[in-house]
Amino acid sequence: MTRPLQRPKRKDPLKKTRVPLLPQGVRSRTALGLTAAAAEGRFRLQVCADCAAVIYPPRDACPRCLSARLPFRDVDNRGTLLAETTIRTSTDVYFRERMPWRIGTVQLDAGPSIVAHLHGDLREGERTRLQLKIDKSGQAIAMALPAEDTPNMADDPQWRELTCDPKFRRVLITDGRTAVGQALAEAVSEAGASVIFVGVADPWKPFPGEGRLRKIERVEIVALDLTDTISVNECAGEFAPRVDILINTAEYVRTGGLIDRKGLTVAREELEMRYFGLTRLAQAFGPVLRARGADGVNSAAAFVNLLSVYALVNWPAYGAFSATEAACLSAAQSLRAELRQGGVKVLNAFFGPLETEWYQAVPPPKVAPSALARAVVRALQQGLEDVFVGDIAEDIRARLAVDPKALERELGS
Amino acid sequence: MGAPDLLAFAGAVAAGDIEVVDLTHTLSPDFPTIVMPPELGQCAPFRMEEVSRYDERGSAWYWNNISMGEHTGTHFDAPVHWISGKDLANNSVDTIPAANFIAPAAVIDISRQSAANADYELTVADVTAWEKQHGRIPPRSWVLLRTDWSKKIGRDYVNMREDGQHTPGPCPEVVRFLVEERDLHGLGTETIGTDAGQAFHFNPPYPAHYYMHGKGRYGLQCLANLDLLPPTGAVIVAAPLKIRRGSGSPLRVLALVPRSHA
Amino acid sequence: MRQPYDGIVIAAPVTIPYRRYSTNTAHWWVGRAVREVVQRAGLRSSDIDGLSLSSFTVGPDTAIGLTQHLGLSPRWLDHVPLGGASGVVALRRAARAVQCGDAEFVVCVAGDTNQVDSFRRMLSTFSRFAQDAVYPYGSGGPNSGFALITRNYMKHYGATREDFGKICVAQRDNALKFPHALMKKPLTLDEYLGARAISDPIHLFDCVMPCAGAEAFLVCREDVAKGQGIPAARLLATIERHNAFPDDPIQYRGGWAMDLPEFYAMAGVTADDVDFVQTYDDYPVICMMQMEDLGFCAKGEGPDFVRSHTLTADGSFPHNTSGGQLSVGQAGAAGGFLGLVEAVRQVTGESLGAAVPDAKIGLVSGFGMITYDRGLASGAALLAGGGA
Ligand SMILES: [Zn+2]
Repeated sequence: MTRPLQRPKRKDPLKKTRVPLLPQGVRSRTALGLTAAAAEGRFRLQVCADCAAVIYPPRDACPRCLSARLPFRDVDNRGTLLAETTIRTSTDVYFRERMPWRIGTVQLDAGPSIVAHLHGDLREGERTRLQLKIDKSGQAIAMALPAEDTPNMADDPQWRELTCDPKFRRVLITDGRTAVGQALAEAVSEAGASVIFVGVADPWKPFPGEGRLRKIERVEIVALDLTDTISVNECAGEFAPRVDILINTAEYVRTGGLIDRKGLTVAREELEMRYFGLTRLAQAFGPVLRARGADGVNSAAAFVNLLSVYALVNWPAYGAFSATEAACLSAAQSLRAELRQGGVKVLNAFFGPLETEWYQAVPPPKVAPSALARAVVRALQQGLEDVFVGDIAEDIRARLAVDPKALERELGS
Repeated sequence: MGAPDLLAFAGAVAAGDIEVVDLTHTLSPDFPTIVMPPELGQCAPFRMEEVSRYDERGSAWYWNNISMGEHTGTHFDAPVHWISGKDLANNSVDTIPAANFIAPAAVIDISRQSAANADYELTVADVTAWEKQHGRIPPRSWVLLRTDWSKKIGRDYVNMREDGQHTPGPCPEVVRFLVEERDLHGLGTETIGTDAGQAFHFNPPYPAHYYMHGKGRYGLQCLANLDLLPPTGAVIVAAPLKIRRGSGSPLRVLALVPRSHA
Repeated sequence: MRQPYDGIVIAAPVTIPYRRYSTNTAHWWVGRAVREVVQRAGLRSSDIDGLSLSSFTVGPDTAIGLTQHLGLSPRWLDHVPLGGASGVVALRRAARAVQCGDAEFVVCVAGDTNQVDSFRRMLSTFSRFAQDAVYPYGSGGPNSGFALITRNYMKHYGATREDFGKICVAQRDNALKFPHALMKKPLTLDEYLGARAISDPIHLFDCVMPCAGAEAFLVCREDVAKGQGIPAARLLATIERHNAFPDDPIQYRGGWAMDLPEFYAMAGVTADDVDFVQTYDDYPVICMMQMEDLGFCAKGEGPDFVRSHTLTADGSFPHNTSGGQLSVGQAGAAGGFLGLVEAVRQVTGESLGAAVPDAKIGLVSGFGMITYDRGLASGAALLAGGGA
């Protein structure tokens, strides 16, 4: 049974912070199909389109029929742990400082054998569920879990290495004025975050929900204005070394495309809050996050972006807004590559219209801020890279995969 | 009469016989700006981006790029700012005659009333009472409303409630009175706005803006240190940036106050 | 029916003494071994018209680069990157080349250097499957892959650590008489059992020690060897098989099991006729698997077979008579030659260490290339003495 995680002690200031090391992240191009699946928490393997063989490790020809048509498909993740070993010496610097490390051979019911990392509660001969996860290098690995959930299973050290669990971590929510920011403060508090810094800009302006926000356990309100470089830098100067998970809840939602918005005042504010806000956060908090990726139980773990799903394809009713979100998505991809050097993940949570005032005229289905917050916390606990929250986000993603051009027309009419 | 002796003037400033009082707040990102409903256009707050600081972006020099609205911080309102002044001649900061940037000041103290009532409205009676004590307000004078509001900070300064801002200002009648009966040069306040916080509900809404700018008069907002000024005798130097067709501008507002050698 | 290797012999078995680490390159080791073969056979290097090379560390060169490097002008050239199976595979290809007249003197050489960091660097780039599906899992190298195979075998067939220990201890006994073995100290079963764990159930003495070294031999016609006056071993039979039993969920048998009847039939002998066996011993579980798959006992009887034999050179089942890689060291691809070169020495009476009494027929087995979860390449050869 997993030993429950103990709240980490305050750091010994005389101790050197461990430099974040990464496991090897080189993969063949084909193997990146596993990474794509892991990013969203799916279990996908190559399945031969001609003979239905389930294939692992990833290949470019079917070992049963030599077909080249080997798409990644969702596959039954259940299997049996045939053999396990506890590795006690490794030539790799990342694993060396994490020894001992358990791996095992899992025979999938679907066919192939997979060498996988093992959860501490799984024993040889037992039934198991395999999951694909993103490791610190940013690439997919397979992890074998007990067939049924076990107590404190998220606290398993090999598992926690792959997730960004808010438990005992210190979280910064960048904008507490928004309903989503407040819902997230509540959700990460419930998930066991040890402190939740919540940024509030223009403190002289009262805002709805303020009273409730201040009452959430372990919430500390801090001055943070994402449109102000100086404010972001000052906040980072004070709190960055104590931020393990940064969740950017800044939002700026206005209707309209390009033509009917007179001038750039609104567009600028939009960019200031969203794109430049993200840039400011990256510059102010990124360096410390990146340096603290291996800093013990409460290492720096994740930078979370909340993105409209219309970052992926423009919705002209919110056309300029969509363009800004697209800029943020692109920046998030860059940030993901930059933070990977420190083993820190970038989680992008895509959502459709929210149940908030700025989407008042949009018909349902809409996403409640609390639902978005729960999805983000779940994604952190699972260590995902991309999560699509709500029916609209799922729908847009599915339609985009089928035919981007058709979707562009549909959204524009 | 010969030409005025500006050397003597400069000497008096240097000697402290003329005291220079700075009526300006520091421009900083966290200084509040006027609050509009969020769907309307907003006044940009002051922002500063470092260009270089003796570093790889510029090794021996430090400088910043700054941005802000015309009505950010301690600022000047030109007549063109309001719809009532939009068609006047010389109504923007670049065309206002430069001589108009220097004018005497009458400082009316309603700090006691404002402390008791955040929505206190300056009345004609307040002005006539002041004149009884200090004499009639000379033509083309700034009237500066001392409320001590500039000593408040943050939430207290803006004083937003669910029904809007609550800060003192003039009632419609007194603005008309000052403009039409006293040939006011302009109105200066310590609050955000020459109008009261609740002036949207006045008739007309925002009377200070409406009447003053409609008659080509000026405004000064977010002033500080009015408590250091005598009721009469100070001269205000308030020259906005020369922005083409600008409706106003942040500026440094100075008061020249003759020192009394009591 | 396969054509026999009539009239083809193996001569001039060469071992260049191993070193734990070497500042020399693989080229240096290979060059020394080729020179030694040429000298032992009484040839000039210009006589060498065939060259077969096996090496992990000769990069960026391959065999062709070595021709210019060594000043050879062969008319037959081969590169055999098959690790532990490279000795047998190089031999059977060279034998056919000589038999068909494509070459007269083929030098088969395997050599690798071992620099302080070269093993680690090789592991991460060993294969695409290793890169995609093995190295990111703890980076335990072959130790962890074979640990899983060992663990599974123990569970299924009841093998114990004592059984594996017996193999290792017997090999150490053999090695104490072999001058080139890197391990010079006796090993007791208690020491074996008490060694530190590397990757459970693999412990320190289950693992080979990577080192630098080279092995080589000459393949030529029997009459030519006779003319040169050098002892030689006859080649009775060979087999080779890759990626056998791909559907086994975890490896418990190797490719030998697919081809065994043909192997002994070609040689005209049975397992009972074999006087000694050189298995490929990267881990003792693989030795046990070979005892089964090469027909000395049935599948699953490996543990009992080990318990009922001494495994020493002078005992009831002479096995890895030079000490094998477990005691001599693993000089990269030369590890795939070690057993073959030792077998030639044994059947030609040239043993450097523990000689198997009256050794007439020897079996050499090769196994190698764990690119994902199992060794892919396997091969075996039967040799007999009295060749020249
Ligand atoms: Zn197929």
